[in-house]
Amino acid sequence: MNSVTPKQYQSASEIAGLVANRETSAVEILERHLNQIEEHEKDVNAFNLVTINEARAAAKETDKLIVEGGNVGPLAGVPIAIKDNLCTKGIPTTASSKILEGWKPPYDATVVRKLKEAGATIIGKTNLDEFAMGSSTENSAFGPTRNPHDLSCVPGGSSGGSAAAVAAGFAPIAIGSDTGGSIRQPAALCGVVGVKPTYGGVSRYGLLAFASSLDQVGPFATSVKDAAIVHEVIGGYDPLDSTSIKQAPNSFVNEIDQGVNKLKVGIISELMGGIDGITQEVIKQTNIAVSALSDAGAQVEEVSLPAALYCLSAYYLIAPAEASSNLSRYDGVRYGLRVDGANLKEMNVNTRTEGFGDEVKRRIMLGTYALSAGYYDAYYGKALKVRRLLAENFADLYKDYDVLLSPTSPCTAFKLGAKIDDPMTMYVNDVCTIPSNLVGHPAISIPFGSGKDGMPIGVQILAPPMNESVMYQVAHTLEKASQ
Amino acid sequence: MSDSISSDEVKHVAHLARLRLTSEELATFTEQLRAVLDHAKDVEALDLDDVEPMSHPLPIENTMRKDIPNPMLKPSDFLPEAPAVEGGRFLVPKILGEEE
Repeated sequence: MNSVTPKQYQSASEIAGLVANRETSAVEILERHLNQIEEHEKDVNAFNLVTINEARAAAKETDKLIVEGGNVGPLAGVPIAIKDNLCTKGIPTTASSKILEGWKPPYDATVVRKLKEAGATIIGKTNLDEFAMGSSTENSAFGPTRNPHDLSCVPGGSSGGSAAAVAAGFAPIAIGSDTGGSIRQPAALCGVVGVKPTYGGVSRYGLLAFASSLDQVGPFATSVKDAAIVHEVIGGYDPLDSTSIKQAPNSFVNEIDQGVNKLKVGIISELMGGIDGITQEVIKQTNIAVSALSDAGAQVEEVSLPAALYCLSAYYLIAPAEASSNLSRYDGVRYGLRVDGANLKEMNVNTRTEGFGDEVKRRIMLGTYALSAGYYDAYYGKALKVRRLLAENFADLYKDYDVLLSPTSPCTAFKLGAKIDDPMTMYVNDVCTIPSNLVGHPAISIPFGSGKDGMPIGVQILAPPMNESVMYQVAHTLEKASQ
Repeated sequence: MSDSISSDEVKHVAHLARLRLTSEELATFTEQLRAVLDHAKDVEALDLDDVEPMSHPLPIENTMRKDIPNPMLKPSDFLPEAPAVEGGRFLVPKILGEEE
């Protein structure tokens, strides 16, 4: 199988240290990553756009600041790839959709601004399933991204470009968005770390909205510590996001080494064989992770999260319902594509019919139906009640347990084309990750061994809202056990 | 829960969402939407009568900012990105006289 992963990854914290101490320069670091992109991007297709000129200018600026003795941030000279549904001022932002062709946002997303202020070098915009709808990065107007571990396989999705960019050594850090698993599932399939923060913990300002009550921005990294460092940079209260939490936590790294001694870990039985479709090798590997935590001093017990059985149903009504409303703004008037018509309505129809891909159309129609008169109570209303049951299930468990554990993805990376014609089969990929989005809790996926096909397997740690510190502690312990 | 979606209903929903479907697309989408809605029927096994719906993970009400002037985008920041502009405004095809 054709693989393009580097033999060794250099961590973001190491790069930032070397750049700040002038043992290397931001420009040197950037050029090394641009070389890796030059060599392998044609095989991987992780990027919609590599912003070479802007990146070189930013790296030079960082080096100049250091020479002048200025204050550089914790990500000095670290190349970072940004999912192409996050606004970058003056740089095309497409959501991998034809409907936003050529559009350049007039402002930076808060997350992008914070990364720049921390000294990072923005290296480009990564591919995704159109408007973040998908689990394979095949639904893109820019063509599919391929998994760096095996180019015949998908990288997962929807943040497949970001996950692949980190796995291929194109950038030590990438940013993604996670609405139903869109950071954690591709992280698992590409063998990297991926984090979905607490809802409201990281600003959504400048994130093109898919499902506003579920979307959350988070990092990809090659280590748990790197992910925590980036999370500290991008997290915190933002007055520009009306759902931002005032007391949002943003200190995780200091406590990362505290271990798991006496922590109580619940293993979600519904995701360990209770629900069909989760493969034996994934369950087996997750059990090895459980033993590792037990060996490290944690108290591990099997627990039940009964509403998990109904999350897929609830999610695939709630997310499309919110999407159908959010995506009504793409009407050919204010930005992107316009396909002319005799009157306003015809222009709207022509633009949306030509601009949106099949998966986006499917979800818009599903959501419109679920919200329409006569069906609202039967579909959307019931889904919201399942969401409440799930929140109550979680609250009960967190009275007794510090964190919960499950697989991240039901299977390892599948071949391109294997599931794309059967939406329901594709949706099952999100079964382990959806619960955290529905309740707004944080979760992390870390690589833990591989399947018979040699492809990475990810294990997921779920934590109570605003309590990422304990999540990172457990993940860090597990990471050490996997090495 | 009522019977799952018919192709006439898909046609209607597409109209509401301002999408046009070919007859092949209508057939494919109907089948696919039906599969998702059929799957969603599994929640009928639950007793949800006394459960309060939850539309958002955070118990927030309206979020207001302080009533003080802040810098904001100017038309010159975003109008150049619009498909059609005239006299500093978005230009659209005629609206009145549309048939419904």
